[in-house]
Amino acid sequence: MAEAATPVLDGYNFAYLDEQTKRMIRRALLKAIAVPGYQVPFASREMPLPFGWGTGGIQVTASIIGRDDTLKVIDQGADDTTNAVSIRRFFARTAGVATTTRTPEATVIQTRHRIPETPLAAGQIIVYQVPIPEPLRWLEARETETRRMHGLADYGVMHVKLYEDIAQHGRIATGYDYPVQVAGRYIMAPSPIPKFDNPKMDRSPALQLFGAGREKRIYAIPPHTPVKSLDFEDHPFAVERWTRRCGLCGAGDSYLDEVVLDDAGGRMFVCSDTDYCAGRRADGHTGEDAGE
Amino acid sequence: MTEAAACGIDGVDTGLADPPLLVADGVTRWYGHRLGCRDVSFRLWPGEVLGIVGESGSGKTTLLDCLSGRLTPSDGTVTYRTAGGETVDIFSRPEAERRLLQRTEWGIVRQNPRDGLRMGVSAGANIGERLMAAGGRHYGRIRALAGEWLERVEIDHDRLDDRPTTFSGGMQQRLQIARNLVTHPRLVFMDEPTGSLDVSVQARLLDLLRGLVARFGLAAVIVTHDLAVARLLAHRLMVMQQGAVVESGLTDQVLDDPQHPYTQLLVSSVLQA
Repeated sequence: MAEAATPVLDGYNFAYLDEQTKRMIRRALLKAIAVPGYQVPFASREMPLPFGWGTGGIQVTASIIGRDDTLKVIDQGADDTTNAVSIRRFFARTAGVATTTRTPEATVIQTRHRIPETPLAAGQIIVYQVPIPEPLRWLEARETETRRMHGLADYGVMHVKLYEDIAQHGRIATGYDYPVQVAGRYIMAPSPIPKFDNPKMDRSPALQLFGAGREKRIYAIPPHTPVKSLDFEDHPFAVERWTRRCGLCGAGDSYLDEVVLDDAGGRMFVCSDTDYCAGRRADGHTGEDAGE
Repeated sequence: MTEAAACGIDGVDTGLADPPLLVADGVTRWYGHRLGCRDVSFRLWPGEVLGIVGESGSGKTTLLDCLSGRLTPSDGTVTYRTAGGETVDIFSRPEAERRLLQRTEWGIVRQNPRDGLRMGVSAGANIGERLMAAGGRHYGRIRALAGEWLERVEIDHDRLDDRPTTFSGGMQQRLQIARNLVTHPRLVFMDEPTGSLDVSVQARLLDLLRGLVARFGLAAVIVTHDLAVARLLAHRLMVMQQGAVVESGLTDQVLDDPQHPYTQLLVSSVLQA
C-alpha cells in the first residue's frame, strides 16, 4: 500500500544531501562492498536529526536512492513508530520517492534493530542504522589496536567474550548485535538486530549496507556472501524460540514482542514485524487474541 | 657473543649440537637522542634461562621489548628458531607472523599483571584466551585446561569464574604466568616477575617458576633488578649499565667473582641476610 505522494520541498537537492557528499559516500560504499565486512571511514555529515537516531542509515539511503525507488523504513520491526514515520516522510519530502510498508514492494529498506521476516529478494537493498560499528570495542578500547586486530585477523579475543557469557550464564547470553564473521575474514557487528535475524544475513540475495553516522563508518555485505555467527563446538549458535504464537496472526516462525496489557499480569505476544503480521492477517490467519 | 656462549657452557644439558633458539646480534635502540640499549648480542639455547640484571634505567626492559618483538630496534637483528626448525629474522617478518609467534611459541609476562591480564573477564577466560586465539573452539576443553592450569599455579579451582580484580597481587602474577604457559610456549620473556610482591609470596612464585621451567623445558629471558631472583632462576647472567652489557657469564661465576667494577658494586651492595 503505497502512501499518497507528499509534496516535494523546494530548495533542497534531491534526497537532501548535495551531490559531492553523495559521491563521497558512494565511494565508501563501493569500497565496503569490495571488502565485505571491512569498516570504511567516511566523512559523516550533520543531518537534521541527532546522532543515534539513524544519521548513518539516512546518509547511506540518501546516497543510493533514485527517483524510481520505493522506500520502506522500519524501526524495531514496525513501520508506524516515530523514527520510521519521520525518516520515511523525510525522503518523501526531500526526494519525492514512493514509500511503502510492504516488504516485497520495497527496493530500498532502511532498518533499525530488525530484518523483515519476509525473505529479501535479489535487487533489494537493506540499509542498517548502526550505533557501534566496532565488534571489538567492548574488549579493546583503543581504535588503533582494534584496526590492527582487524588487519591481522587477530580475533582470539572475540571468543573470550562468548566464553565469559557461558561461564557466567551457562549459555551464550548475547542476544543482539551478535558478532559474525563475513566471508571467512572480517568480524563484523551486525548492528543491534536480535540474533534471531543473524541467519537471514547468511547468503542473502539482497545487498546489505551498514551506516554508522556518529562513528563515521560504512560497511557492507554483498549479495550471496556467507555470514557466520561465532560460536563454540559444544555451544553452537542458536536463535531464540518462543513457546507462544503471535496473538494476532498466529505466526509461530516470527520474532515476537511481549506486550503488557494491564497491571494484573495480562500480556500478549505479537509479531515485531508489523508488515508480516498484517500480511498474514490479510491472508486469513488469526491468533488467539485477535478478536479483542 | 658472550664468553659463556662462545665456550658453550650453559650450566644445563642442552646439547651443543642444538642450534640456538634466540640470537641477538648488535641490538641497539635509541629513543631520539636518548639511548635505550646499545649493541647487545647473545645466544639463548633451548631450555636455558638467561637473566638480565642492572639498575633501574639501564635498558633492561627496552632490551626485553626488542627481543620479544614489541619494540623495533634502531639497529641489529633478532633471529628465532621456530618449532618447525625454521630460522626467522623477527623484524623482517610481517607483523601478522610476529604476533602469531608471540601468542603461540612465546609467552610474555609483564611486570604489572594488570598490563598482561584482561581485568574485565574471569580468570578462566584469561587463561583460555591464548587457546581460543590459537583456534580452540571447544568450550568444555578450554575450560578444563584453564582449571588445570589454575591449580598448577596454586590458585583454587573455584576461583575460575572470578575476575582478576578480586585477586591479590601475587595471585594476579601467577594467573598471568598460567595464561602465558597454557599453550606450552618454547620461550618466555619475563619482566620483573617478582617485583612488587612481598618476600614470602616472591619465594613461592620463584619456586613455582623454577618448577615450571624445569618441567616444561622452557627457555626464558628474565629481567630483574633483584640478584637473589637471578641467582635462583638464571643459568646465565648479563649485567647491564647505561644501556650496554658490561659483564656476562654463568650466574654463579658472575655473582661470586664479579670482574667489572659496576658488577662488583652491584654484588657488594646486596644486603646479606
